[in-house]
Amino acid sequence: MMSYFAEEWKNFVPGKWSNDGVNVRDFIARNYTLYEGDESFLTAPTEATKKLWAQVLDLSEKERQAGGVLDMDTKVVSTITSHGAGYLDKELETIVGFQTDKPFKRSLQPFGGIRMAQAACSENGYKVDDEVVKIFTEYRKTHNQGVFDAYTPEMRLARKSAIITGLPDAYGRGRIIGDYRRVALYGVDLLIEDKKQQLDTAPVRMTSENIQLREELSEQIRALMELKKLGEIYGYDISKPAKNAKEAIQWLYFGYLAAVKEQNGAAMSLGRTSTFIDIYIQRDLEAGLITEEQAQEYIDHFIMKLRLVKFARTPEYNELFSGDPTWVTESIGGVNIDGKPLVTKSSFRYLHTLDNLGPAPEPNLTVLWSVNLPQKFKEYCAKMSIKTSSIQYENDDLMRITHGDDYAIACCVSSMRVGKEMQFFGARANLAKCLLYAINGGVDERLKIQVAPKYRAVEGEYLDYDDVMEKYDQMMEWLAGLYVNTLNVIHYMHDKYSYERLQMALHDREVKRYFATGIAGLSVVADSLSAIKYAKVKCIRDENGIVVDYEVEGDFPKYGNNDDRVDKIAVDIVETFMEKIKRHHTYRHGVPTMSILTITSNVVYGKKTGNTPDGRKMGVPLAPGANPMHGRDTHGAAASLSSVAKLPFKHAQDGISNTFSIVPDALGKAGLSMLEELDFDLDMTEEELKKAAADVQ
Amino acid sequence: MIGRIHSTESFGTVDGPGIRFVVFMQGCPMRCKYCHNPDTWEISTGKEVTVDEILTEYNGCKEFYKNGGITVTGGEPLMQIDFVTELFEAAKAQGIHTCLDTSGITFTEHERNKFDRLIKSCDLVMLDIKHIDNALHRELTAQDNSNILGFAQYLSDNSVPMWIRHVVVPDITTDEEYLYKLGRFIGGLRSVKALDVLPYHVMGVSKYEKLNIEYQLNGTPPASEQETLEAKSAIMRGIKDRRMGK
Repeated sequence: MMSYFAEEWKNFVPGKWSNDGVNVRDFIARNYTLYEGDESFLTAPTEATKKLWAQVLDLSEKERQAGGVLDMDTKVVSTITSHGAGYLDKELETIVGFQTDKPFKRSLQPFGGIRMAQAACSENGYKVDDEVVKIFTEYRKTHNQGVFDAYTPEMRLARKSAIITGLPDAYGRGRIIGDYRRVALYGVDLLIEDKKQQLDTAPVRMTSENIQLREELSEQIRALMELKKLGEIYGYDISKPAKNAKEAIQWLYFGYLAAVKEQNGAAMSLGRTSTFIDIYIQRDLEAGLITEEQAQEYIDHFIMKLRLVKFARTPEYNELFSGDPTWVTESIGGVNIDGKPLVTKSSFRYLHTLDNLGPAPEPNLTVLWSVNLPQKFKEYCAKMSIKTSSIQYENDDLMRITHGDDYAIACCVSSMRVGKEMQFFGARANLAKCLLYAINGGVDERLKIQVAPKYRAVEGEYLDYDDVMEKYDQMMEWLAGLYVNTLNVIHYMHDKYSYERLQMALHDREVKRYFATGIAGLSVVADSLSAIKYAKVKCIRDENGIVVDYEVEGDFPKYGNNDDRVDKIAVDIVETFMEKIKRHHTYRHGVPTMSILTITSNVVYGKKTGNTPDGRKMGVPLAPGANPMHGRDTHGAAASLSSVAKLPFKHAQDGISNTFSIVPDALGKAGLSMLEELDFDLDMTEEELKKAAADVQ
Repeated sequence: MIGRIHSTESFGTVDGPGIRFVVFMQGCPMRCKYCHNPDTWEISTGKEVTVDEILTEYNGCKEFYKNGGITVTGGEPLMQIDFVTELFEAAKAQGIHTCLDTSGITFTEHERNKFDRLIKSCDLVMLDIKHIDNALHRELTAQDNSNILGFAQYLSDNSVPMWIRHVVVPDITTDEEYLYKLGRFIGGLRSVKALDVLPYHVMGVSKYEKLNIEYQLNGTPPASEQETLEAKSAIMRGIKDRRMGK
């Protein structure tokens, strides 16, 4: 691909990245500057930043007063080049670009489903232009329509009863991270050249797989050409590599902006950009081209743009996710495979935006935590967390083993190598409901209709552990098959009608595709099975013989107390269901993974799940993710966390979440004085004082 | 040996240094008016456990306790001094930091040999002195404070590290003169490493309703930050004067 060393790369250390094709990881490894100092170099917001942010706050307030949406495009279908330039204040913005022609105006994205787009508009008091509706109903099919054309009656029923739930069949699947850094490092022309070469050398034996690949590569090239035009709309020529820090951020942001103009995926994550950007900033600082104030200003303005990413969504969607999340996740820090931290000054600068612009949930700043991170950086993270509650942490030491040192997080926990791996997002199967189906022979306990196959229901007054387990195993077998096949339909259609061409243009040709599944209700299942095994559970049937409630006689071990008797049940369920998932054919050779990961949607799932044998009542929320059920972990946080920690990451590689909050006062004392505070202390030696002080930490 | 416990807490952060495994022992002879654990008073209830069972539970979460250890509190743990001693000896054998949170009320000269054995495996004592004046102490806790002050002196004589705790209850323990006196007493102790002055809170009140016990401090508000700070500085002044030989 590269036959020369571009002049924009001056002073960079060459390597595979410059000789041997696209390789951002290699560029970072050879060029980044590790920073092990503290945060004292950071600077306050500039006047321009303050003015712009005040403007944003003002618009946010207006948006709030308007009921959550300030403006929506109802006529122009959003594409990479659909809108003219939009600004807050052109004179002040160092990093530019909005999804539409003005800030806070939400774009119209009907490719996932015209009905969802209409609902998003109408429920916010807008109406999609008739002509657009006509086009996307009569002439241009959407993802949503495709999916429902292929769904089986059983799939529709499972969706309706919510044993499989949250499926991305009416909205964008998201969870794909384009390697937006490539735009800055190589410029769009080189990327197009590379993609053309990929197309030229793609297989010509015309199987449906190879035809699909060729069509997609052509689409990717087209998307890159449009990306160049997007740059031109804002007055930039991004065909060549970025030549300084400001351009690098701007080029990278154009890549991301193009993605969110084209896709309103459930999670549109950014990747891992801070250390990459730092290389440019460091070069400019060393050359005396910019000051620290300017460097911080670029980052502040960039982050400000990320905070203003907005999508048109229905109130129902927002209810499911408790807000209006975009999941612009940015992964910061981590350690390289040689054990050297990937922390730079820009890791600090990104987190510092929480001071300069104030705390915010987006972008979702995620620190890839390792025991080997520099101490000063750890301390700064802790300080900023206490101050802003706006930082997410993930275990780099765990994920680096599978993904190396250039992965990033999509959404909240899904890890993938940037530009090399992507994910087919697959929502969740409700294992608590599945247990009720096992007990009732496939009859839904709420809808009172046959949803699953008519297996034999349990008989007798009391539940027998071995009997229930046998039936549960069969029901999970059915559910796993149905679930995977439902997802196969969804991802086939998403590729066909709402393909992420720009994001995939910023991937290698051969990508590893994770086929992400998920489960909900794990702790309810574990506790229910524990109750059946260690206590006595009596069935209460309705007039048709359907078990609708349970009476638990006696006590039983509960998940969340570090008690192996029940924790082992949870572990077994995770392993069993994952094994069953793996047995099925997955679309495009997707590698199956599983998550145990609801953060807010567990509330809605609980509403749709009847009484359970652990004593939980119909409608009561399931515990989030892998959490123990609320109030049942009675031995404190360490025991609770230890139960969760037993769940095997190998079988739940897409992430295990445990939602945990604690009031600061519960983390130690403010009022405790070591007696060193008495400067006249006569009895203690210097040594003793130090030790006493260390003891309280 | 069997001990009676009320419960355990695997993530204690206010009961000694670091993150700690906390054992709440059952039974207490004191009846402090502001006690927030009245459910631990009765000695004959609770759950029976062995030393092994407790240490197994501890070890199930030991990664959390790298800078912490085990704390035994209650109730009044020293009502079961033999069990606590055995637990601490077994813990020390595994290199676990041990901390005893006590009122010191059970300390007597004639049981001194038991205490001599206990302190050998006890790394830190958190001693709660409720009131320096004996009559007022009896009024507040239904017990004299002589054993407690004796125990403090005993720990000092034997160089056992201790943290002194004192709860600030509006109108009951806020008298500056007594606080100063308490400070002077503390100032005379050699092995005090820290002073912890805590504001009275009302979070335990609901337990009284459940247990159907009358709550005697109804109407007493939680201590304010200001009151707590003032109490602390009065105690500190006492400590300082005593140590400066004033």
